[in-house]
Amino acid sequence: MAEDDDDLILSDLPDEELVPQMHDDLYDGLKDEVVEGVEILLERGWTPYRVLTEALVAGMTIVGNDFRDGILFVPEVLLAANAMKAGMGILKPLLVETGAPKLGKMVIGTVKGDIHDIGKNLVSMMMEGAGFEVVDLGINTDVDEYLGALEKERPDILGMSALLTTTMPYMKVVIDTLTEKGLRDDYIVLVGGAPLNEEFGRAIGADAYCRDAAVAVETAKAFVARKHNQAAAG
Amino acid sequence: MTDALSRLLETRDWLMADGATGTNLFNMGLASGEAPELWNTDAPDKIRALYRGAVEAGSDIFLTNSFGGNASRLKLHDAQGRVAELNRVAAELGRDIADAAGRPVVVAGSVGPTGEIMQPMGPLSYASAVEIFHEQAEALKSGGADVLWVETISAPDEFKAAAEACKLAEMPWCGTMSFDTAGRTMMGVTSADLVELVEKLPAKPIAFGANCGVGASDLLRTVLGFAAAGTERPIIAKGNAGIPKYVDGHIHYDGTPELMADYAVLARDCGATIIGGCCGTTPEHLRAMRAALETRPRGPRPSLDEIASRLGGFSSASDGTGDSETPARTRRRRRG
Repeated sequence: MAEDDDDLILSDLPDEELVPQMHDDLYDGLKDEVVEGVEILLERGWTPYRVLTEALVAGMTIVGNDFRDGILFVPEVLLAANAMKAGMGILKPLLVETGAPKLGKMVIGTVKGDIHDIGKNLVSMMMEGAGFEVVDLGINTDVDEYLGALEKERPDILGMSALLTTTMPYMKVVIDTLTEKGLRDDYIVLVGGAPLNEEFGRAIGADAYCRDAAVAVETAKAFVARKHNQAAAG
Repeated sequence: MTDALSRLLETRDWLMADGATGTNLFNMGLASGEAPELWNTDAPDKIRALYRGAVEAGSDIFLTNSFGGNASRLKLHDAQGRVAELNRVAAELGRDIADAAGRPVVVAGSVGPTGEIMQPMGPLSYASAVEIFHEQAEALKSGGADVLWVETISAPDEFKAAAEACKLAEMPWCGTMSFDTAGRTMMGVTSADLVELVEKLPAKPIAFGANCGVGASDLLRTVLGFAAAGTERPIIAKGNAGIPKYVDGHIHYDGTPELMADYAVLARDCGATIIGGCCGTTPEHLRAMRAALETRPRGPRPSLDEIASRLGGFSSASDGTGDSETPARTRRRRRG
């Protein structure tokens, strides 16, 4: 865009201007600028957790809301998520070192027979952006792979994704197997994908259907909070 | 030299396409997660029955069982080396059924998306996409497909790559996108965008349109969008029979044959020339659609309100076209 010729020097901006600028840069998927912003805030003594929440997560929330509202579409969100991922690359090791709080853990995968991972990747990135730990099993995940990962990772949430009418019933196979083994209630099961809907999610025994990645994050947060409350009360 | 579809279009002012492939194969025992294309060689009688079901219900065009028959998709089932075979057989089985129909029936070689995201957002290059589609296109051609039928695409570049592959294979083609996200494709393409995209292609399709997506109402809104963009090219409407529900252990689409009959007539009133169904559309639905198209008169172009009152509401308030265009986000400042 040529209408603005003066180069923006991020390091010249005070915190209260830099952070909104980072939100804009995330929105525009400007990876290098997001990384630079993260580095500047860290140099200025921000904790990694504060950079994550106030700069990256808050920025991705704007992206997520506009995605939900049909203002942004998948290409823009993928670019934004890639920029966030680059910023996360710097923060991740620091977050581990500093013992920053985690919201919860999720194991996620696209079901057997389905190659489509766009939605699943968006959910992964948005969940990470929101402060969840995410273990991504990739595409074409069969029931044994899901069960193995649940046993190994002990997550709060199991996420399953499908884009095809021919693969979405496989979610029921996984949930039924969990039920048979008496494991169903150990996990919050969230499902998503273009051909699904709320009623379908309920019918196959999932805890919730998530229309898009932004809704997945909101739903995950709500369920995890409820789970923690129940644990505290019980 | 003309093709079978163009010849039919010259003699008729509407044509009926087929219904579902995947969900109908489920009803024949296909297991979730398995590749339907493997049945072309493993269970050819079932594929013949699928095709015959559409033809006997009155379809003028049916799609081959090759939606996921590209190397990128077959790789999941370790069948990426069988693209040529599985697509050729899909078309050969179709040829047999069409030639035995006793009336002109078009075998349309189904070409679905690669499932990969294209550069720069994802890993798939334009050249690789053309190559993947071209391999499938040549195989469908060798099996005797009359036209190629590119469907359920969401990204403009993938649509272009498929168009180029059809050109390389020297095959006439049709192309539809799936408008499933607030009236647009997942990648943000509006109905008006597709009209523009189609007319800019070096090898233009015989017909273009929308398939799958959300429900019948949304699909007709998209068709109205095509017509409003002033296209002269035949429009394809292939909508789902309602929305999927899980009933008694299997997927059931809630659209009745009566609803799909209404949908078919409304699709024609909206400006569609080639009308069919997608997921959940069984031969029973097709029979009702055919009867309605033959017996009911054409009406004026319906309004969105009429569509909603006949077929149900829309999944989103706007579809991103015309006055309803979504406002751009106000920015603090722009980068140079």
